[in-house]
Amino acid sequence: MVRKKTNGERIFNLFNIIIMLAVIVITLYPMYYVLVCSISDGTQLIGARGVILAPKGFDLAAYEAVFKNPNIFTGYRTTLLVVVFGTAINVFLTAIGAFVITRKNFPLAKPIALMMVFTMYFGGGMIPTYLVVNNTYHMGDSLWALMIPIAINVYNLIIMKSNFEALPASLEEAAKIDGANDIRVLFQIILPLSKAVIAVMVLYYGVAHWNSWFQAMMYIRDRAKYPLQLILREILLANSAQTMTSGGSVGDQYMIGESIKYATIMVATLPIMCLYPFIQKYFVKGVMIGAVKG
Amino acid sequence: MAVSKTVTQKKSLMHTLGKEWQRNKYLYILSIPIIVYFIMFKYVPMFGLTIAFKDYNIVKGLFASEWVGLKYFKEFFTGIYFSRTLLNTLIISAMNIVIGFPVPIIFALMLNEITNNKFKKVVQTASYLPHFISMVVICGMITDFFSTDGLISVLISKFGGENMTYIGEKDYFRAILVGTDVWQGFGWGSIIYLSALSGIDEQLYEAAAIDGAGKWKQLLHVTLPGIANTIIIMLILRLGQVLAVGYEKIILLYSPQTYEVADVISSYTYRMGILNGKYSYSAAVGLFQSVVNLLFLVTTNKISKKYTETSLF
Repeated sequence: MVRKKTNGERIFNLFNIIIMLAVIVITLYPMYYVLVCSISDGTQLIGARGVILAPKGFDLAAYEAVFKNPNIFTGYRTTLLVVVFGTAINVFLTAIGAFVITRKNFPLAKPIALMMVFTMYFGGGMIPTYLVVNNTYHMGDSLWALMIPIAINVYNLIIMKSNFEALPASLEEAAKIDGANDIRVLFQIILPLSKAVIAVMVLYYGVAHWNSWFQAMMYIRDRAKYPLQLILREILLANSAQTMTSGGSVGDQYMIGESIKYATIMVATLPIMCLYPFIQKYFVKGVMIGAVKG
Repeated sequence: MAVSKTVTQKKSLMHTLGKEWQRNKYLYILSIPIIVYFIMFKYVPMFGLTIAFKDYNIVKGLFASEWVGLKYFKEFFTGIYFSRTLLNTLIISAMNIVIGFPVPIIFALMLNEITNNKFKKVVQTASYLPHFISMVVICGMITDFFSTDGLISVLISKFGGENMTYIGEKDYFRAILVGTDVWQGFGWGSIIYLSALSGIDEQLYEAAAIDGAGKWKQLLHVTLPGIANTIIIMLILRLGQVLAVGYEKIILLYSPQTYEVADVISSYTYRMGILNGKYSYSAAVGLFQSVVNLLFLVTTNKISKKYTETSLF
């Protein structure tokens, strides 16, 4: 049905488009600002404060300094290790967990599901968890502490569970009649049919590992094992706290530190920014699947 | 007679168990790592909450330390930090709910009115982006932008304000914290409402239009009722998190100058426990928070069940 638009609607639509353009600017500009500052010439940047649209001069010295920083390199290596192995453990265990609680005729399915869901609403909290992982299991200062204690996220498991539930039961029954056991059903029937949700899981867990810092701050003491985000924290936040308390002395040191900050942010965020346009729809898919179940 | 009866009962029980094992043995094997994980990393720490009632001794460990009853709860409730951290938590949380909860809904409603699909996609993609940036980087940017000569401080000075380090000021800390939270989360938070909006039957709008309802009336009588359930569920979930303020961000942003307005229960737990090693005391503080959270969740769920027939459990 085509209806003529009233004047009020026209004004609303115009207003709406303007607001949406403003949304684009306020969400994208901060990152763009960091990019522009990171490739600007440090000395020219001092005079140009406020909104910057194009780089002030062109200088990659900050990037050079970042790549020469050995901490960045070891941080990157640790983070990659944790992302790859941690995500593999996550997805593997989450799939198994979702599989066993969706089996009909399995007496433990309900009790295990209940055991999982309860932890969404109540838990030991920060300190007991820390003491158990660090002092009882002796995982402190080991990269395992960044992977094993957070091996299963129950929200993600529920997303996977509702996906498994949506698969036709007839396929599994046919395989069972052909003599396949449950392990084969999982790996040769269920998982190959769930590629989309596995992609969602890999991305959810992967990005969480990439961005995670608090876990490492609690458990890792050896600086050689710091993941990227902890190194970043030292560069971005520890320094600024110092300059803040010393009243913001504007020396050369400070200015070089300033452009290095922006370059560091870029180096740490670029992998996600580059992947983002391609992976975004999978993330959204995850939210949608999760929303169906509520 | 009685003896042989129990023997046959036992035999048949063993028989059923054996049959069950035969039928589902691989499922039992697959369940082992899952059960072990949840016991080791969720339920043992839950049991470890008992240290809130003990004097944690690093040598004796979690389970053999001596019981001290409510000593640490009393210490927390009578100390100056109780009212300060509780008040900060409630204020920051209330700000977050009052501002942060409606914004994604309003954004979703407005975005839903955009008819050009390409433009819609661009706005969506842009608005989700901040959600993917790590907390450390976000806080690094906040500290930089809200410092003297930083992007936002300069903008504020252009509109007649002062060019200063806002993030280190007591008066502005909470506003910056909550404002940037909304900035980072509104796009991502809108997805769930957009999906609810796409589920509303087009015919309802057409029927309303025939009845002479303008855009505004359609919004009130078709759109909002259509997404009301989603809004209520999200609100229950959000209220259940009232005391669980995002402490990671606070720990990254606060400084001794701003503790007075920024220190919430969980950041205090972290400082006392992990940094100062007062394990039993901080476990008591953490337990207080978990219990209040659970109470909030159960209560809001009950209220919602009674009045709207929508509930989590």
